[in-house]
Amino acid sequence: MTHILELPTYLDQDDAVKDRFARLKQRPIALEVKNLSKTFETTGGTVTALKDINFKTHKREFVCVIGPSGCGKSTLIRILAGLESPTSGEVLLDGKAVHGPGPDRGMVFQGYTLFPWLTVKRNVMFGLLQSGHSREHAEEDARQWIDLVGLTKFVDSYPHQLSGGMKQRVAIARALANQPGILLMDEPFGALDAQTRIKMQTYLMDIWKNIDITILFITHDLDEAIYLADRILVLKAHPGEVQELIEVPVPQPRSPEQLLSPEFLATKKRLEELIHPPQEGDEINGDHMNMVRMVPVDHEVESVF
Amino acid sequence: MPAKSRFFVTILSFLLPVLLWSLISYVPWLWHPKVEISDPGAVAYFKQGMLVDTELFDKETLKQEASGKALPEGRPANPIYLPAPHEVVVAFYTAFTTEPKRRSEKWLHESLWQSIQVIFWGFFLSSLVGVPLGILAGTYDFFSRLFEPFIEFFRYLPAPVFGALAVAILGIHEAPKIAIIFIGTFFQQVLIVSNTTRKLDPSLLEAAQTLGANNKALLLKVVIPGILPDLYRDLRILLGWAWTYLIVAELIGASSGITWFITQQARYKNFDNVFAAIMIIGIIGLTTDLILAALSKRIFPWQRNAAGA
Ligand SMILES: Nc1ncnc2c1ncn2[C@@H]1O[C@H](COP(=O)(O)OP(=O)(O)O)[C@@H](O)[C@H]1O
Ligand SMILES: [Mg+2]
Repeated sequence: MTHILELPTYLDQDDAVKDRFARLKQRPIALEVKNLSKTFETTGGTVTALKDINFKTHKREFVCVIGPSGCGKSTLIRILAGLESPTSGEVLLDGKAVHGPGPDRGMVFQGYTLFPWLTVKRNVMFGLLQSGHSREHAEEDARQWIDLVGLTKFVDSYPHQLSGGMKQRVAIARALANQPGILLMDEPFGALDAQTRIKMQTYLMDIWKNIDITILFITHDLDEAIYLADRILVLKAHPGEVQELIEVPVPQPRSPEQLLSPEFLATKKRLEELIHPPQEGDEINGDHMNMVRMVPVDHEVESVF
Repeated sequence: MPAKSRFFVTILSFLLPVLLWSLISYVPWLWHPKVEISDPGAVAYFKQGMLVDTELFDKETLKQEASGKALPEGRPANPIYLPAPHEVVVAFYTAFTTEPKRRSEKWLHESLWQSIQVIFWGFFLSSLVGVPLGILAGTYDFFSRLFEPFIEFFRYLPAPVFGALAVAILGIHEAPKIAIIFIGTFFQQVLIVSNTTRKLDPSLLEAAQTLGANNKALLLKVVIPGILPDLYRDLRILLGWAWTYLIVAELIGASSGITWFITQQARYKNFDNVFAAIMIIGIIGLTTDLILAALSKRIFPWQRNAAGA
């Protein structure tokens, strides 16, 4: 016998949550994406990576972007960062159109993109020196940011001496040191083990609470998205389009116990439906394995059940 | 492999060829196609210390036996061009201490120093131009398209063919030799450096851009420091190649340096000296490379393998 929990719908919000979303939407707009499309010309023809994307984020909001792999999440965030230019549409940061990369948008990549030849401190100083701060000022600032991510002991270490989680903390400090209005993160914790990942999520939320920063965070991990986000932008693939912008009904501030709360599970159920629609389980059914029994009938463990 | 056995195998890699050489030199029934005459006997044209083919020696012995005259005596020997290890070891010392035959000729250490200078200047001048061009070509598509097709063509022209031209333009002394080293190094260098530059992780450039780096900063603060360890390794390899051009270079115009010494000694049939000189080249090359490798650990402390981890 299996018990399936009766869950509320993800649309149910308690009063506190409802009130918070009402206030959130009163905040000024941090980022606005208008009619954004992106196509790539490849040898195999034209690939539509993104089609007519529209959304807004408010100041100090935490938005997660989720979607199946290949749906254009990285393309979207790279356009926002200015590393890629859109085929059509525009991106407005604080009402101004962005062209090309710039220090007003911080970016954290999935691969650890620390400069291996610079110490932790010099990595964090990099952006500050680029924007013309004096060496003394940059160094002082860098120390504060390194302190904030708890790596004071490692200021003079080189990246190869750090663990994956520590490297990503340096990358976050490095991006924040420029004091950007928005922090763009492309599956930043994707390469970390489960435990480190949870720790990093908590760190990130602490940083977000204490700093004037809007965060746009890409992930393919449903739990991570619900745990971190105010709202979740769900994309679908081929072409990449906005499927839904979900207001997460789990109250703030978040804590790990909420992972099993009814609102959390309800949201997760909804995301599952959107991302793995039951009718087209193509990958598993499409290329099924030709499994034959390879255990003799008189094997000592005759069946695993 | 543990450090201890690694060391042992390294020693072995030098020991094996020496062992083989010793066997051929000291075991009389291994090879030894000649006979060194110790007593010519009744053979008129044999002289003491002469090297003759074994068959000839046997034929003459039979002849003398038949006519009942004094038999020649001798012991198996290798051809003169293969001196035994101990002879070469002695030559190592005597080559440096023997005064040149003529006043105008150079001591061995002077020849060597001349060669090292030719290598240095050829390689230095090539790097001075080749490395920046390589970095530019590896960084910017424009420069890649501008430089690389011609260089790709030019590098197939063997450097020595420019010898006569170099002498005609630059005279017979050091300059044309340096030019040959330059030509032999430069074209490969640009291509190798540009390739190394292209291999830099592009996400580092993107990260720098999102941190506000402009084009100049990308080149100076990301590309150059990013490729430095690989660039250093490239230059080490290229320096080894430069030595192979040395021999051709030194034959051009007025023969000079270690090559002059070697050809001169070969002319006098002092093959022990020839071997000693060849080995000195090997020793200088290997030592330079070991020193450069050791330095690299100091210069690039951020390299994973350099951290002693
Ligand atoms: N530079 C590119 N050239 C051609 N196609 C690309 C390029 N970048 C991404 N794509 C295509 O665009 C689609 C979206 O890719 P991406 O944004 O990396 O997806 P995600 O990050 O969601 O996995 C994919 O089909 C991918 O093959
Ligand atoms: Mg991606």
